[in-house]
Amino acid sequence: MSELTYTASELMCINAARLLRDGDVVFVGVGLPNLACNLARRTHAPSLQMIYEAGVIGARPNRLPLSIGDPTLVSGASSVCSMFDIFSLYLQRGNVDVGFLGGAQIDRFGNINATVIGDYHKPKVRLPGSGGSQEIAGWANRCYIMTPHQKRRFPEKCDFITSAGFLNGRAEREATGARGGGPLVIVTNLGILEPDENGELILTALHPGCTYDQVKENTGWAIRAAETVRTTEPVTDVELKILREELDPDGAYLKGS
Amino acid sequence: MSKICSLAEAIQQFIHDGDTVFCAGFTHLIPFAAGHEIIRQGRKNLTLARATPDLIYDQMVAAGCAKKLVFSYIGNPGVGSLRIVREEMEAGRLEWEEYSHFGMISRLQAGAAGLPFMPMNQNAAPDLEKNNPNIRRVKDPYSGREVLTVPALHPDVGIIHVQRADKNGNAQVWGILGEQKEAAFASKDVIITAEEIVDEDVIRSDPNRTLIPGLIVKAVCHVPHCAHPSYTQGYYDRDNVFYLNWDKISENRDSVNSWLDEWVFGVKNAAEYWEKLGPETHARLAVKPRYAAPVNYGDY
Repeated sequence: MSELTYTASELMCINAARLLRDGDVVFVGVGLPNLACNLARRTHAPSLQMIYEAGVIGARPNRLPLSIGDPTLVSGASSVCSMFDIFSLYLQRGNVDVGFLGGAQIDRFGNINATVIGDYHKPKVRLPGSGGSQEIAGWANRCYIMTPHQKRRFPEKCDFITSAGFLNGRAEREATGARGGGPLVIVTNLGILEPDENGELILTALHPGCTYDQVKENTGWAIRAAETVRTTEPVTDVELKILREELDPDGAYLKGS
Repeated sequence: MSKICSLAEAIQQFIHDGDTVFCAGFTHLIPFAAGHEIIRQGRKNLTLARATPDLIYDQMVAAGCAKKLVFSYIGNPGVGSLRIVREEMEAGRLEWEEYSHFGMISRLQAGAAGLPFMPMNQNAAPDLEKNNPNIRRVKDPYSGREVLTVPALHPDVGIIHVQRADKNGNAQVWGILGEQKEAAFASKDVIITAEEIVDEDVIRSDPNRTLIPGLIVKAVCHVPHCAHPSYTQGYYDRDNVFYLNWDKISENRDSVNSWLDEWVFGVKNAAEYWEKLGPETHARLAVKPRYAAPVNYGDY
């Protein structure tokens, strides 16, 4: 058990890192997913392969990239290809094990909205849109989501489905023929949500000190809990030390919240 | 015949009001100097296409150049929202047509290859397809299953920034390749801007690195530092400080207009703009060399 206190971002990042398996090919985004992958690579998954939507394969960044297309991703990488190639030869072809996703809203069936709040043609709040996430959600073998647990981020239904979870149920996603397995785990600052046999997100684990009541209060539908809700392994000093001293020494992503 | 001309001449000759323009570059090699020249020349009613409109189109939209955006991600990469574009869309003052990244580059790939459309596998996401009539389905004649399709994109003009080119437009690129090649082949007219104009022998010493052949290029412009605040791999770093600052500048129109007055209308060209950034910024963006091992083509 760590004697140190940690931020919500550190807690999510460490729990996401633990989900990665050695040898996984991961489609990485900037920010927390990048940190989670690098943490996994320095702990239990040394042969993790990081690929970026900008067309970089086997990146070994020397500094924390601000953008998904930072030059540090290229210098020392094992390969660079065009965007068409990264999305077709790698993602569409089925060469990506894990994708990380995020968005403004995640609903009961793990669908993600990163496009718009309100009507699409008359947006109340216009968000950035899909970028690569529509195909990552469709085609990566497994998808993971990290997001703070807040009611507005977990509505019963998204205003717009940018990236598919299980639509209105697992059978509906399967009927589309999309190759990927959909969202497998959602890591929040309170615990872990996973889809049940029908694709509905349920609470399967709580972080130490967090409660089911807190989860219910911060979720926009009557969220069910698994029969046995486990407690996640406490954050260790080793994990925190790697994050703070090696990966994000300026606290660009991990401080605050 | 040499295709060398100034950037101002190239914009004057090839970009007309109402054109569809594709300023290429995924985070890397974004031709900001060309965007600024289009603003200075007062082009209007353009359809601006790019996967990530980035600050270049935020600035062009703010300056009143655009009628419509075609895009797949309207964020300030690593920072947040593209405030001007977002405000114009929310206010109903800007038309748009939206894809995913793969949809967008598949449109270019079709355009570049002379095909009418590109098929894509099902991705299960329903709502963009519902709202964009250009995203359609056809039956795969071999399996009988449906695939998604997007139509070929043919920009009137593609502007592609590169590390080096010769006077005929043979252009070499390294680092993130984005959609540079597809954008060039899809466009009717191609303007190359280059950090360096080199002798044809330099290009011929490493033909595998030539991404864009001169035969599809109309104009070649020597524009060092063209990509700032984006970057050119090996030449200068991305100006992340400016990307963060733009988030503040673009909070209101007065500060955007003063910025345009000072940094676009207030300078003659990219060289003056770079000079005006000053030695501190130059030093901050300087990058130490890291060379590739040479390859042996063999003397046949």
